[in-house]
Amino acid sequence: MKIHNTTGGRIFDAANYVFLSLIGIITLLPFVYVFAGSFATEAEITRRAFFVWPEQFSLGAYEYIFSTPAFIRALVTTVLVTVVGTVVQLVLTVTMAYPLAKRNLRGRQLIMSLVVFAMVFSGGMIPTFLLVKDLGLLNSYWALILPAAINPFSLIIIKNFFQELPAELEESAKMDGATEVGILWRILLPLSKPVLATFALFYAVGIWNDFMSPLLYLSDNSKWTLQMYLRQVTASSDLLGTGNVDPNYIPPEQSIKFAVIVVATLPILIFYPFLQKHFAKGMLIGSVKG
Amino acid sequence: MSQLTDALASNIGAGDGAGTESGQGKAKKPAKPPKVPRGKFSIHLAHYKWLYLLLLPGVLYFAVFRYAPMYGVSIAFKDYVPFLGVNASPWVGFQQFQDFFANPDFGRLLGNTLILAFLSLGIAFPLTIVLALLLNEVRLSILKRTVQTLVYIPHFLSWTIVASLSFLLFALDFGPLFLFINNVLGTDIDFLSDPAWFRPLIVLQDIWKNTGWGTIIFLAALATVDQDQYEAAIIDGAGRFRRVWHITLPGIRSTIIVMLILAIGQMLNTGFEQIYLMTNALNRGVAEVFDTYVYFVGITQGAYSYSTAVGLFKSLVGIVLIFGTNALAKRFNQSGLF
Repeated sequence: MKIHNTTGGRIFDAANYVFLSLIGIITLLPFVYVFAGSFATEAEITRRAFFVWPEQFSLGAYEYIFSTPAFIRALVTTVLVTVVGTVVQLVLTVTMAYPLAKRNLRGRQLIMSLVVFAMVFSGGMIPTFLLVKDLGLLNSYWALILPAAINPFSLIIIKNFFQELPAELEESAKMDGATEVGILWRILLPLSKPVLATFALFYAVGIWNDFMSPLLYLSDNSKWTLQMYLRQVTASSDLLGTGNVDPNYIPPEQSIKFAVIVVATLPILIFYPFLQKHFAKGMLIGSVKG
Repeated sequence: MSQLTDALASNIGAGDGAGTESGQGKAKKPAKPPKVPRGKFSIHLAHYKWLYLLLLPGVLYFAVFRYAPMYGVSIAFKDYVPFLGVNASPWVGFQQFQDFFANPDFGRLLGNTLILAFLSLGIAFPLTIVLALLLNEVRLSILKRTVQTLVYIPHFLSWTIVASLSFLLFALDFGPLFLFINNVLGTDIDFLSDPAWFRPLIVLQDIWKNTGWGTIIFLAALATVDQDQYEAAIIDGAGRFRRVWHITLPGIRSTIIVMLILAIGQMLNTGFEQIYLMTNALNRGVAEVFDTYVYFVGITQGAYSYSTAVGLFKSLVGIVLIFGTNALAKRFNQSGLF
């Protein structure tokens, strides 16, 4: 389409470009500041109001946190829970989605209706907490993985994706004597790799970022995840009145806080381009068809 | 819960876009004859035993972690005693609800929750549409993609990180924003503990984290607006703003209404994590909302039945709101959500 560019139009375009660039930069600035601050000395952080590049480069904050057992424990725990949790959640979602994609499986409609109802109405915080408690999962890492194991939306999207795959693929495999499980494993999964990778990333981000589950289910602070640790480190002393923070805890130097935030943020930023590749293509948006 | 809206939103977006066409094409195809005669269920089951076996873990998951808590909601009408369990605890009818409505906390919680909800609907929601419109006007695709890439990032960060960044940026005496704003206003405000600044801070965080991501759904709707109309409007001499006003906005009206209905249905769901993380002893009076109240009264004080009743009240109001706005939208001759 050809646009007749008037002077007013050009001024608007220029202003719009400048404005949007500013929005982009403002979004990014907090990261830049924290990243720069994590490599700065304590003196520089308290002296300079704002900076994007440290005058004096220091690894002190990182040396400190990576020699703190509580931090290392939280980091290792979070990585393990994220990896195991993502695998468990993805396997549960895929194994449920595959049979539901079979149009002639009986009971399919009923199960789908129950799944949809579960998206609209949930038991809420307390009944779920009591269930986890009754199952003996308090202070267990499974409490961070199982209660949210299958995201109903992911389930429906993956089910629809399986349904869209050409039926001929399965029929020819069946003629060659493949079983249903064999078809899923050898034919459908290799074809769905990009889709599954995307959902794996979304599940992983969900577990990594989760603050509410560890807050509810892990009272033992030797089991804390990185988000819980981060909360304790960055909450300033006047914020300590809200519970779940050890009253004897002495807030650390500012540079330590910067470094812990960077460590908690970095994995998300590293995986972000992979996430973005898919949702930018509209895959998630276009592939939901109810 | 925000994941819910996100995905629901994408679902609706697909309905506006071209994506539905292939789906409809599929449905029109004559259904394949079932390979097994639809006779006895036992034969069906035997034939598809592997499929049912694959289905089993997922069904168990939904039964245990989704439906058992729904049954557990019944303790809202009981006086839950942990060692008696959900079933054996005595019924008390609507006692918990009466206690809650009679409690002075109720009015304060409702007020706090509604103010935050209206701030979000009145500020964050329109800003999302404005940002989408501005992005849509950009013809320099590298700039558009770069800005999109940047503004989507905060959506993927946890509230813990957002809260921590706020603690640093507004830190007393040395935080960059603490110094900047106090310099401009000539004041000495501790933004993190001053109750008057709690709500602006929450709205600011909300805008930073979610506005960019929220544009996705509107950009998808904007892409489906008929391009011929613009050409016709240009020939008729319509300027940039008149085109946006008379073509673009009406073109995405149904998406705006659907998103508004969803947002209103979510009104009482002020994100638990965000509010919890930003609450402290000083701002508690304005900060406490239904979600955090359920946590403090239920988990930390052990009033399980009472807090379940509070949670149930909140979800029921949410359902009423969603159906109410939907009916209202239909009444004004707009396409509703369902």
